[in-house]
Amino acid sequence: MRGLTMNLTRRMLMGVAMGGYLLSAGAAMAKTELTFWSWRQEDKTFYQDIIKKFQEKEPDISVKFETYAPENYQTILSTALAAGRGPDVIQARAYGNLESIATPGYLLALDKQNVPELANFPDSALAAETLRSDSKVYAVPFAMQAQLVVYNKKIFKDAGVNPPKTWDELMALCQALKAKNINPFSNGTATAWQNETIVGGLLSSMLGKQFEEDIVSGKANFTDPRFVNALTKLKDVSQYFAPNFTGVDYPSSQQLFVAGRAAMFAGGSYEVANFKNQNPTLDLGVFPAPVLKAGDEALIATYYDGGYAVNAKSDKKDAALKFVRFLATPEYGTAFTNTLKNLSPIKGIKIEDPITQEVAKLAEHSMSYLMLVRFRYQEPSGSVLLQSNVQKMLAGQQTPEQAAAEINKGVATYYKPFQK
Amino acid sequence: MPVSPKQARTLKHRSWVAFLVVPPIVFMSLFVVYPILSAFAYAFYEWRGLARGEFIGLANFREVLFGATMGPVVWNAFLHNVYALVALMIIQNGGGFFLAWLLYKEPFGFRFHRVAVFVPVVLSTIIVGFLWKLFLNPNFGIVNQALYSVGLDSLAKPWLGDSSTALGALILANAWHFIGFPTLVYLAGMQRIPSEIVEAARLDGTTEWQLLKGIVWPLVAPSTTILFTLLFIGAFNWFEIPYVMVGLDGSPFGTTDVLGLVFYRTAFGNQSASIQNFGQGSALATLLFLFIVVFASMLTLWLRRREIQF
Repeated sequence: MRGLTMNLTRRMLMGVAMGGYLLSAGAAMAKTELTFWSWRQEDKTFYQDIIKKFQEKEPDISVKFETYAPENYQTILSTALAAGRGPDVIQARAYGNLESIATPGYLLALDKQNVPELANFPDSALAAETLRSDSKVYAVPFAMQAQLVVYNKKIFKDAGVNPPKTWDELMALCQALKAKNINPFSNGTATAWQNETIVGGLLSSMLGKQFEEDIVSGKANFTDPRFVNALTKLKDVSQYFAPNFTGVDYPSSQQLFVAGRAAMFAGGSYEVANFKNQNPTLDLGVFPAPVLKAGDEALIATYYDGGYAVNAKSDKKDAALKFVRFLATPEYGTAFTNTLKNLSPIKGIKIEDPITQEVAKLAEHSMSYLMLVRFRYQEPSGSVLLQSNVQKMLAGQQTPEQAAAEINKGVATYYKPFQK
Repeated sequence: MPVSPKQARTLKHRSWVAFLVVPPIVFMSLFVVYPILSAFAYAFYEWRGLARGEFIGLANFREVLFGATMGPVVWNAFLHNVYALVALMIIQNGGGFFLAWLLYKEPFGFRFHRVAVFVPVVLSTIIVGFLWKLFLNPNFGIVNQALYSVGLDSLAKPWLGDSSTALGALILANAWHFIGFPTLVYLAGMQRIPSEIVEAARLDGTTEWQLLKGIVWPLVAPSTTILFTLLFIGAFNWFEIPYVMVGLDGSPFGTTDVLGLVFYRTAFGNQSASIQNFGQGSALATLLFLFIVVFASMLTLWLRRREIQF
């Protein structure tokens, strides 16, 4: 039966490949044509421009950009790779999702020899595209995202308030806004994953880099007072979320903020471009998670979206590597950042957009977006545990201590440092 | 050898039958039987993403049913399916029976109501899900707005965000969507009852309740068989309404989780939180399939036996 599937898939893919080959054969006799798969249909124009720029340098290589719906991308990609096909250049995700295609050996390992431009990236970015089992890098990172607080500058100005530095200032600010009949936060918890972004945006400074280090080394676990206290503070501030926040889902909370009916949104830096698209009159700013006491380091939670990888089975590896190297240059990073308003992790890029500049500056003080970066490799993933237990805690169905204990119990089932 | 006209007829007949039967059989085997069998086979392997690994026997099944991580999730979801089955049996099929009885008596405007009751069934489930999600929005949904406008503020809730009401809200949305179907099937069943039986009963002076209980209910048994069996299958395959209204996680915190959602999350991964495990997903799908086949057959056999010929 397996033979039958393989044959069928293989034949179908060969048919498709053959068709593509015949179609392009006339135009590209002397050229090497690369296929490049992505889930970013909305960025198609950008990538086509980039391909043009690349071709100015490498006229003998042409690149065909093809996209698939994000929810099916991983499935389609892994099916093609499993059949020994797939594109030459692959837009891949990071962390646990990267492992599912890198572990079976579908991707070409990258190093300073075949991609010298890896030197343009900070270590944390490369770590996102590194397979834990062999410590090799498998993709050139493309975007850094951050969890922080986005605020409406106009509402702040009208209410005569400033972005808070400490948690007490945040609480006072919320009270002041509430007194003026303004919703402080538009956040809601009905969409599970929003609970994780809220934690990243609001609690990172109170958790701190040291907490992350202690979790990694096993010196601390999630029942640590730093974690429990931060959750307690989150429970406190949730009274200032959207009205009936337990029933407010992600799109509703975005709408509330975009319509100017709330002052702040705790969430991803990627929201800024999205908010601006929907309401270009919005004047937005960002600030990091408030610190517990003045003088503590203010942090945002960062992670990397994914990277560009080369198919290990491609017979055009040299051309594919050339293209991927181009995608690792500051020139590319600058175009990426300024066109897509997403921060490229490449060092030495020039940022035009003021908010992206601000995010880049805040990123100098950051911790990992913890559950995604460290605990999304096994089930129950840290993200699943954090999302549902914070949701339950904010609904008043369990205490911060219980939430922390549940999260810890789940992670401890596979995380060795917690099992000591 | 000459072919007799009779033989020619048989041959013609046979090729005609083959012409009708073979394409559907090929189609079914390719798109139904083969995927089911391969899902069954997949369940015995370890998977890394979509790359098949070692043969691991029953380990996936063990993890799905009794594993420390998957076990509680699966049983929690299973209970919600059972809950939905019972509730929908009462609300959707029971409600459908009484609606059918009302329409059967041909009240004023029954032709309009007969159509009106069936209209939601025709709508796409995705649309119905989104519609009800909007209706139930805590801040601008019409359900809460209606409650506020009549002064019942205390009853207004974040329906889909409150663990005590979320599953109930999904069940009601589902019942609203599908109640027209049992209504129509029961109505057809009732119209099949010979009118002399009903008239004779009326002449004997039975009450409405006796008529329903003693005559109509037993005589629409074939409709009941169909409706109960379909609802049983539907309740355990329940996916679209929960997926659209509460998302893949069975939000809030798993209180609306059903087996369909667990299967999807496990097999294909949840973009925002987890990883894909094709083996465990296939194991769950296989178990679900076997469960439905066995119990639906038993249910059908049992319901068939109470049907009366007339």
